[in-house]
Amino acid sequence: MTIYFTQDHEWIALNGDVATVGITDYAQGQLGDVVFIELPAVGKDLTKGDDAAVVESVKAASDVYAPVSGMVVEFNADLEADPALANSDPEGEGWFFRMTLSNQGELDGLMDAAGYRAYCDTL
Amino acid sequence: MPLNLGVGFGRAWRKWMSDEFLDDGADGAEMLPVLTLPLDAWHRAKGARMVEFAGYHMPIQYEGIMAEHLWTRENAGLFDVSHMGQLTLAGDGLDAAVESLLPIDLSTLKLGMQRYSLLLDENGGVLDDLMVSRWPDAIYIVANGATKWDDIAFLREHLPDAVTLNHMEDRALLALQGPKAFAALERHVSGEHPLSALVFMRFGQFQLAGEDVTIARAGYTGEDGFEISLPASAAEKIADLLCGEGEVRPIGLGARDSLRLEAGLPLYGHDLSPDDTPVSAGLLFGINKRRREVGGFFGADKILGQIASGPARKLVGFSVEGRLPVREGAEIFAGDTLVGQITSGGFAPSVGAPIAMGYVGAAHADIGTNLEAEVRGKRIPICVASMPFVAHKYVRKGG
Repeated sequence: MTIYFTQDHEWIALNGDVATVGITDYAQGQLGDVVFIELPAVGKDLTKGDDAAVVESVKAASDVYAPVSGMVVEFNADLEADPALANSDPEGEGWFFRMTLSNQGELDGLMDAAGYRAYCDTL
Repeated sequence: MPLNLGVGFGRAWRKWMSDEFLDDGADGAEMLPVLTLPLDAWHRAKGARMVEFAGYHMPIQYEGIMAEHLWTRENAGLFDVSHMGQLTLAGDGLDAAVESLLPIDLSTLKLGMQRYSLLLDENGGVLDDLMVSRWPDAIYIVANGATKWDDIAFLREHLPDAVTLNHMEDRALLALQGPKAFAALERHVSGEHPLSALVFMRFGQFQLAGEDVTIARAGYTGEDGFEISLPASAAEKIADLLCGEGEVRPIGLGARDSLRLEAGLPLYGHDLSPDDTPVSAGLLFGINKRRREVGGFFGADKILGQIASGPARKLVGFSVEGRLPVREGAEIFAGDTLVGQITSGGFAPSVGAPIAMGYVGAAHADIGTNLEAEVRGKRIPICVASMPFVAHKYVRKGG
């Protein structure tokens, strides 16, 4: 399994043809206490950059956009029921949704863990 | 741009902060340099996340808004509100001059008393909401940070030359709020009277850490608490002293906002603006009885007329169904009809659910009225609720 990171603080774990998407630990720290998460429906076609999910923290709403193009095949119902998982385990139990990829080439420009860490250090 | 924390997050914050100073100049407004307050380094050393608010670098949070909010409701929180304007007015004909502007009855504001008042324009629109106190030889005013410069200009323009306005820029302002605020503060305070002699909306002069300070028993959280005006040069020393008490933690602006919303207290620039009057905002208590009878203040004609006829719209509280926060700007519907707009809203940590405040047409303002707010194209059921959402715990009798 390969994990990619975006400059917008999402992680994408690729397992075969299916990618699991979530927000990074850095992102949850910046957002603060998450109180509501809206996830995309199964079967939804996403184009890279589309609105995919919404994270509401105590004070602010932030959009999560599709990091790559593809179709949603599963969303994390546990996260919708317990949004604080996004704070307590953002890169594990707090995953957002799973999607197929229509263009694997879109992964090429993304960072690996070391690259993402270096990127966060510049912020 | 996906989850853009750098811009998106900042934009979300900016919405609920100063509309005036954080305007990026889109309407031609000049961008002012961001100023620092006396406790700037202290906040940073405490791990605060700093944001721009009312033209200053201010702490939005330390450990997290939820934890800070709940800590204040159960213990005591120290808030740096030094961005607020501290003004004194003094001179011959002071009371008459102030009454010609504010709808306050100064004949009943005795030494040691503090009262909520409003700065109004000629149309009765709210320019600011204020705390007004009677000092031995002056009237002391606390004004909102984002509006204080306009307030000062307005007061200087309309007050007679015999009345002098002093902007006390060498003072800091700290609020200590929560059920354990009294115990924490009392250990360090001395003066002519004991701290217990202060009740809600009274103030006195005290000694704290060897400094002369003014303490009012008041605040913006709904809890018992105090607002301490102190020399800016002593701010770090006094903040350290108070945070050295086990009950006290520093609390940021984020929790200050969620605490005041639960307490049903309006925030200027959001729930109050020049487009609103004290009548529509439900702030009639800010227009004292004698002034309601005789008028003679800015906007009196409009306001007295509105009291008689009833306002077209009213500021009310809302309970929100489900978990999705309904935030400032969301439109409110009765069926297909647009009937109002949310002016403040968010998740309420002590309620455990979203709550909101907003203006609706008077026909839809009764407690229990079911309406809908639109969030991202979805209709969220909301219901007009009595405020406060969390009971006030003011100490009104000495003990």
